[in-house]
Amino acid sequence: MGYYRIDPDSDRQFVEEFRRTPVGKHSPGLMRVLNALRHDPSGKQIVLFCRKPFAEWQIAEMPADRRQPLVFEERPIFTDRDEAEREVFRRRWHAATGERINLSLGATAGA
Amino acid sequence: MLKILGYPDRYSVAPGEPISFQISLEEGDAYDARIVRVINGDCNPAGPGLDLPHIPSAIDGRYPGIARRVDAGSYLVAADFPALASYRAFSFRALVWPTLLARPAQVLAAQWDSATKCGFKLMLGDGRLVLMLGDGSGRTAQEELPVRMLQRKWYIVTATIDRANRVFQLGQSALQADFGVDDSGNRKAALPLTMGHAAVPLYLAGGPQTDGTIGEHFNGKIEAPAFLDGVPDHATLEAMTISPPPAALSPHIIAAWDFADGVSTVRATDVGPSRRHGRLVNLPARGMKGSNWNGEHHRWQVAPVQYGAIHFHEDDLYDTGWPADIAWAVPENAESGAYALHLRCGETEADAMRETYIPFFIRPPRKPTARRRPKVAFLAPTCSYLAYANHAGHITAPGVETMMGRLLHFGHQDVYLYDHPELCYSLYDTHADGSGICYSSRLRPVLNCAPRYHSWLGGDGSSLYQYNADTHLLGWLAHHQIEYDVITDEDLHRDGYELIKNYRVILTGSHPEYHSTPMWDAMKAWLDRGGRLMYLGGNGWYWRIAFHDELPGVIEVRRAEDGIRSWEAEPGEYYHSFTGEYGGLWRRCGRPPNLMVGIGFVAQGFDVSSYYRRAPDADNPRASFIFEGVTDEIIGNFGLIGGGAAGIELDCINPLLGSPPGILRLASSEDHSPLMLLVNEEFTSTMPNLGGDQNERVRADLCFMETTSGGAIFSTGSIAWCGSLPCQGYENNVSRITLNTLRRFMDERTFG
Repeated sequence: MGYYRIDPDSDRQFVEEFRRTPVGKHSPGLMRVLNALRHDPSGKQIVLFCRKPFAEWQIAEMPADRRQPLVFEERPIFTDRDEAEREVFRRRWHAATGERINLSLGATAGA
Repeated sequence: MLKILGYPDRYSVAPGEPISFQISLEEGDAYDARIVRVINGDCNPAGPGLDLPHIPSAIDGRYPGIARRVDAGSYLVAADFPALASYRAFSFRALVWPTLLARPAQVLAAQWDSATKCGFKLMLGDGRLVLMLGDGSGRTAQEELPVRMLQRKWYIVTATIDRANRVFQLGQSALQADFGVDDSGNRKAALPLTMGHAAVPLYLAGGPQTDGTIGEHFNGKIEAPAFLDGVPDHATLEAMTISPPPAALSPHIIAAWDFADGVSTVRATDVGPSRRHGRLVNLPARGMKGSNWNGEHHRWQVAPVQYGAIHFHEDDLYDTGWPADIAWAVPENAESGAYALHLRCGETEADAMRETYIPFFIRPPRKPTARRRPKVAFLAPTCSYLAYANHAGHITAPGVETMMGRLLHFGHQDVYLYDHPELCYSLYDTHADGSGICYSSRLRPVLNCAPRYHSWLGGDGSSLYQYNADTHLLGWLAHHQIEYDVITDEDLHRDGYELIKNYRVILTGSHPEYHSTPMWDAMKAWLDRGGRLMYLGGNGWYWRIAFHDELPGVIEVRRAEDGIRSWEAEPGEYYHSFTGEYGGLWRRCGRPPNLMVGIGFVAQGFDVSSYYRRAPDADNPRASFIFEGVTDEIIGNFGLIGGGAAGIELDCINPLLGSPPGILRLASSEDHSPLMLLVNEEFTSTMPNLGGDQNERVRADLCFMETTSGGAIFSTGSIAWCGSLPCQGYENNVSRITLNTLRRFMDERTFG
């Protein structure tokens, strides 16, 4: 495939940048990492369902065949949207590199 | 998930006139209804908070409700059509261009009584031509061709039913031969049963279902469909034309529809002698090139013979046709403004949203002398609301998260839309077959046009876009006690200059993107006669649209040639079917937005917003009133839409596109995100520095200019501008600049 492949050694520097600022102006290096991580050739799409405006979110997934129902994750319930961004980053990083990283700020992800 | 939804029969209603609301209750059997005024629809705790005061009215109360369903999908119906079983033999012939062969059953033509399973259906099933017959006793039989069609390829389709000799024949003939592809065929065999006498209408591109709906929709184009009495020679039938038909076949025509006729209507003209005209339901796409389009002509009026196709879709929708559940006679003394019908069917919980707001506007009385007009009018950009109606890019388009720079947000309304694609989507989306959606109607629930809706497309923070984003401006007007009327795009289209001639100031919404020719002409005429326009958004006056002459509440766009497009019109299909006008960007029609408001679209990015830096022209005495009390170098480094006043979509000065020489650049935005990208009509060759972090052209220009008629124009060039108005209790430099300008614009002293 022609798109960028994550190199866990050289790209690890961008993990901290994402942890600090999940949404916002990003460096070209982090942009490249995010563009690669956010590309899912399966056609599935992770989304963030807002249960209560500005209060509670949960991760859901759209199947590749959009005629099939959304799949909601019952847990965790996020009370900070940035924590959901970090959780999805963590999963995608693991899928791309095999590495487990801990991005959580520790206080806001619910049980 | 959303448990109650609905739509009004109009977005704009005048005092003394009725408005009705059509409602579907998804849970329970009753709901409460009341009218509210819409002042602020944003519940972001960082802002001033929701402000939706109850307006007591005669409709306050509890109502019984039921769940209603939407029967989407376009088709042709010919009501007065003879029973085909009354002929000893009959033949059907059409050209077809299928676009979604994965669907298991798609009717090309049917005269079918679904209750008794009686009659005839010619279908595509898994890409094969299928003949289904029913004898009326419940017995059915199905025959098919062994060869499969290919998508987006033209075929001549024929079927003959010879009841007298008890034989049938099916044929499909590809207009183009492809190496290694066997997609033409012809089969003649004994009739498997006696086709029953079905005295029901004739349908094309859909068929009656047992539940009373029309289903089994065909996705693709049909051209020159015809029914003939008898069984003509097969080669003659295949080669048949309908305008005019060959002499050998002409006496045998039962019906032959010429789709090149009446393109701007919902009538399908039968050119046969019996004039069995069809009615097109749910607005299939017209003005579509046919099998014989050769690229010589691009305008359907010039070469109608090459535009004989209609493109049907299973997900076309014009009017859901729900009955009125609540009707309200708007009082004669009702104040003009933004309102909504608030419906509630229980307590909203994390997994169930049990309330909804159905927005509408009360416009000023139609009679200009009926009431004193305020100096200010807010032009609600209802065409832009409609263009984005049920925008589903977050569902259907891959890669949107990359564009947004964050996870795609789904609210309860979005989940409902995901589960109910039959509500149909926006002018930004594609049909299930991948073709672009070029019509959008308001006669259906539009879930993303409402107070309290937070859009996946809105900037980080409040995440508002279009309607609800505009309530930031409404809240600001209320805070500063500005008296104003609300008029809508549709009002301006219908009433023209006369509607606005008595207003001194017109305020736009945050994203007034779509304009018909009458709307454009009316606004320009008003400006040329001293009007004062405050363009409080970005990417305005961008797309040309068309209204339908006969059908209310529907607009058309053709995504032609250039501009930011989520789909592209097919070559040769750039002209509106509703009006015949060339579609696409106003910029490509010789009317760039710069001619109207001094600036034009230059960049878009949906993650975070930035700020403006004061420019030297801010000190020009002509603009001194704008900056009265504002000495800040940095303007709008705060906001509910992306955290800044410059964001989402930006406009800038461009003299080459018509920005006038006397325009003052008061401030320009800077320091944008790399996701704020130069729009594609601004470059002709790809470059590596398109992002706002590297491209010097990516900026919003805050501008002021006088007109030769004593009027003036103030342009912000940013969708996010209005999102900064409510910050710090409406006391900030964006608010102050806007208020200074509005108060001077309201002053009768002329400019210049």
